[in-house]
Order: sequence, then C-alpha cells, then structure tokens
Amino acid sequence: MKSDLNLYDYWPYENRPKITWPGGARVAFWVAPNIEFYEINPPINPKRTPWPRPHPDVNLYSNRDYGNRVGHWRMMEVMDKYGVRGSISLSVALLEHHPEIIKACADRNWEFFSHGIYNTRYSYDMDEAQERAIMEDSINSVKKATGQRIAGWLAPALTHTERTMDLLAEYEFLYTCDLFQDDQPQPVNVKKGKLISMPYSLEINDIIVYNSYLATPRRYGQMIKDQFDQLYEEGKESGTVMCIPLHAYAVGHPHRMAAFEEALDYITTKEGVWVTTAREIAEYYYKNCYDTCAADISARKGG
Amino acid sequence: MTVAKEYMEYPMRRYGMDQDFYEWSILFNRKKVQWPNGARVALWITTDLEFFALDQPAKPFKAPGGMVTAYPDLRHFTTRDYGNRVGIQRIWRALDQHRIKSSVAMNSKVAERYPYLVKKINERGDEIIGMGVDQGKLHYGGMDDAVEAAQVTESITTLRKLSGQPVTGWMSPAKSESWNTLKHVKNAGIDYVCDWVADDMPFELTAPDGAGKLWAMPHSSEISDRKIIIDNKHNEDEFVEQIQDQFNGLYAESAKHGGRILSLSLTPYIMGLHYRIKYLNIALGWLMKQKHIWPATGAEILAAFKGQ
Repeated sequence: MKSDLNLYDYWPYENRPKITWPGGARVAFWVAPNIEFYEINPPINPKRTPWPRPHPDVNLYSNRDYGNRVGHWRMMEVMDKYGVRGSISLSVALLEHHPEIIKACADRNWEFFSHGIYNTRYSYDMDEAQERAIMEDSINSVKKATGQRIAGWLAPALTHTERTMDLLAEYEFLYTCDLFQDDQPQPVNVKKGKLISMPYSLEINDIIVYNSYLATPRRYGQMIKDQFDQLYEEGKESGTVMCIPLHAYAVGHPHRMAAFEEALDYITTKEGVWVTTAREIAEYYYKNCYDTCAADISARKGG
Repeated sequence: MTVAKEYMEYPMRRYGMDQDFYEWSILFNRKKVQWPNGARVALWITTDLEFFALDQPAKPFKAPGGMVTAYPDLRHFTTRDYGNRVGIQRIWRALDQHRIKSSVAMNSKVAERYPYLVKKINERGDEIIGMGVDQGKLHYGGMDDAVEAAQVTESITTLRKLSGQPVTGWMSPAKSESWNTLKHVKNAGIDYVCDWVADDMPFELTAPDGAGKLWAMPHSSEISDRKIIIDNKHNEDEFVEQIQDQFNGLYAESAKHGGRILSLSLTPYIMGLHYRIKYLNIALGWLMKQKHIWPATGAEILAAFKGQ
C-alpha cells in the first residue's frame, strides 16, 4: 500500500484560471441517477460482503429493486418537468435485466456512463486483466445497446485499485467521478493520455443524506439549495460544477419526491446555470479549460 | 492479487430478475386498481406485537429491538414489554378514535403469553398476521430446513388455534427470510408476506419447489416509527410530516395511475409512548380527513386487489 496515489496535484481554490461555462454560466449543473442492479446471491469479494444478512437478504434486496420498479419512473418524470437530462451511473448488467429503463433514458437523450457490471461486484483485489475486463465489458455493452461510447466512470460501489485511473485514461474515458477533492474539474495524473476528475458528490448524494446523515426530506431539499447558493456565488469568480447523485430506491419514495422537485425547480429557474450532462461538461473543459488549468497547476507546484 | 474466476462470471445476467421469486414489472405499466367506494388510497396500518426473549440466540444476527446488554438485559426486556402492556392500548385508542381497522403482526409467543391481546384483537375485528415464534427465532439463508418448517408450523398453528382467525398473512421476524421461507409459509396456507419491499402495490411471488404462488404486500420499511423515529432520529412532528407527504404523493399519483396503498408501520414500545401518542393522533386525524381514503386490513386490501 502507498500513502498517496498522487492522482492529482494540490491546487489552492483561489486565483485559478477563470472558467466560464457556455452562455456565461456560473454553475454547470448535472444530475446523476445511479441506476443499479444488486444481485440476490453474488459471489463474495475477499474485501467486502455485499449484504449485511445471510443471502438472501430479501428485505434489502427488494429495497434496492424498488428503485427500478417504482422510484425510477417518478424521478424521471420530475426531471422531465424541469428539463434535466440525466447522466446515468449504470450497473451495466441492467442493460440485459431491464432494457425498458435503458430505452426510456435513451429516448430522452440521457447520457450513460459505467458504474461497473453490478453494484454487488467490487473491484478490490482484481488483477489488471480482470479490471480491464469490466471496463471493456462496459464500453462494448453500452455501445451495443445504446450506440453511446461511454465517457465516464464511477467505480462499482466506489471500489478501486491503484491502477483504475491509468486504465480509464488508456481506454480513453474522459472523466472519473471517483475523486472528491474539488468543486471544479481537474486533470488527473495518469501514466499516459488524459483524464479529469468530475465533481460528483458524497454530500448531497441522496444515499449519504438519507442513510448516513439520516436527514428528513425537507432537510435534504434545503441542503441542495444551500449548496447551490454557495457554488452559484463562487461561480462568479470561476465556474463551478454541481452534481446531484441520486438513487431511485432512496429519492423515489412518495414522501421524498416533493423536496427533490422543489430543489430542482429552485436551481433550474436561476439565470447563469448550465443544465447539462457530465460528458458535455468534460468535452467543454477539454476544449476550453484543460490546458490553462494544467499549466496553472504545474506553474504553482502546490503553492 | 486476483479474484476468483467465478467473481468475473455472471450466470444470472439475463432479462428480468436474477432470481425466480418474482418477475420484473414496472409499477406504472400495470392496469389501474380501483378500491371500494371510489377510494384512491388504501390505508394499511400494521402494529407489531413482539416478544424479545432475555436469552435470545441473536443468530445469525439480532433482530431490531433485540437485547443489548449482558444477560439479563432487564432494561430492554421491560421497555419492549411496555409496548405490549401500555403502548398498544394507546395505539388502539387512537385507532378507535379515528375508526381505523388495522393489522397486527404477532409472534405466536405473544399470543401464548398474553391471551388478553388476542381476545382484544378479535373484539376489534383486526387481522392477525403471523410473525414467527418470537423475535429471537429468525428465518435466514443457510438455516436447517426442518427447523424452519417447525418454526413456521408452530407460529401459524398456535396463532390460528388461539385466535380462531384464518391467519393468511406472514411477516418474518426482522423481515428476514431463508431461500425456503416462502415454501414453508405457502405450505402452511399463507397467502401474503410482508418481507419484500420492492413495490408500492401487491405483486405475485412464486414459492420454491413448486409450492405455489403467494403475494408480496407492500409493508413499508420507510413509513414506520422504527425507521423514522428510532433509526433516523427524526422528531415526532417530522414523522407526521412524512406520513402526510407520503399520502400526498400517493394521492396525486392515484389520479392517473389508479389506487395506491399507504402502509404505516407502528411499534407499540415506540409510538405508544406517552410523549409520542399525541403525534399519532394528529397523523391519523389528518389522514382520515382526506378524501378517498380507505382504512383496511392487509387481507381486505389484498382481496380487493385480487378481485379485479
């Protein structure tokens, strides 16, 4: 093990090259529904057990499945209402399990990126060939089902190896959602090629808020609005990125939908907000920001 | 470092589910359900009557509410028992005040220990749902099949004998099942179970080994006093608010998609406390003032669902 994988350089959140998003926007806003499949009886990874109870953990398994049967459709309806296209963090096996969900999202021109094959298969202890296999499976399967070449990665259940970022760059992924060091994208240090970190969130992620912070729905709505206000203010100086990661099995319950809808309404009706997808943010960043940001990081050498 | 070959294989990667207990189905694609008398939301209140033994095995895990300290944990034993003596009366008074019928999920040990409760449930016309033997006798993957069969038989036979009710509903203690629980309860004549929370409406289950079909009723693990007040540590008024939000969401949806079910799950030693019961009264009063609400037992709701 190493003390730091040095995946990015220290870069103070001050006096950075100014980012201006398309149309002069201050905040690039994207929503990331995690559309996941959790297996009832997965094989066991040496580093993490998938379910707290002996298999079949029917109560938790069915709790997760609620997202696909029920919650997804409510979440999608609200996002439609506010003109928000999702950037989907996809358990790739869901292409086979639930093509109806895939079609509904593809019909809306939502973006797909990979969240591994299943959310019950972890990358820990995989050798290089095995980790390559899940990346190649992801690229090929999504391409075949939707025509999209995936551009992003959020490791399955946030499980990584030391080589994950290098492999992503080698496979020409544009961005990773696995790094949480910043509110702006940043070049990731990879052996060859390029990769950027895309601000995702483990703070206003519905699972963190509901299952770790144990918040009420109204509190969640307020947290989203407060985070937006701060990033909107700071975005005057240099454009920021705000992502709301969702899981339909959490946000998609009737008693939680109203707070989420209110938050979406609040954000999408503000001037100077670029409502977009992660791929579009990444493409814009590579074209307009990557070189100046990389040069600034290099010139400041952490200071 | 490498993971085993089977870790990279996906034998159940196929259309639909990765198990054969139930089929993949999108709630919003199903035919609309119509409740009796034009109701749009069925209100299904369930109250758990549990017995936590001082010497619970706690294997392979401890049921929520189980003993905490070294033996004898009198503090938790008696606070749970408070629910069966005091808390349940307060809940029943609140239900009576608002004329609400409900279901009671009951360990057979509770029926044996406290015949009064069975008598009272029958007088009220409430439904008894079989909830295993007690909260220490769990059902779980890997358990001995004969032991599980005996637990199911003991629970359901005892409850039927003591109550005279048909007992067609089942909730496993801690909502935990083995691979064979559905087979055993189906063989014992159970028609619906409460352990699967994949849906807001009933859906069909297939018991293994050809035992036949039964139903999953949408017993909520979310709109429950245990989840919201104990696990999430929300205030009582926030519990009320979430019940209201749940109703409002379901009610709005029912206009386009047909009847819905609001499942409210109560625990006497939690919601039946002196400083909390007022808030249950507020929630029930608010609910019963809404239009098109139909308070009913699980068996009644399922019968209405199946009849169309």
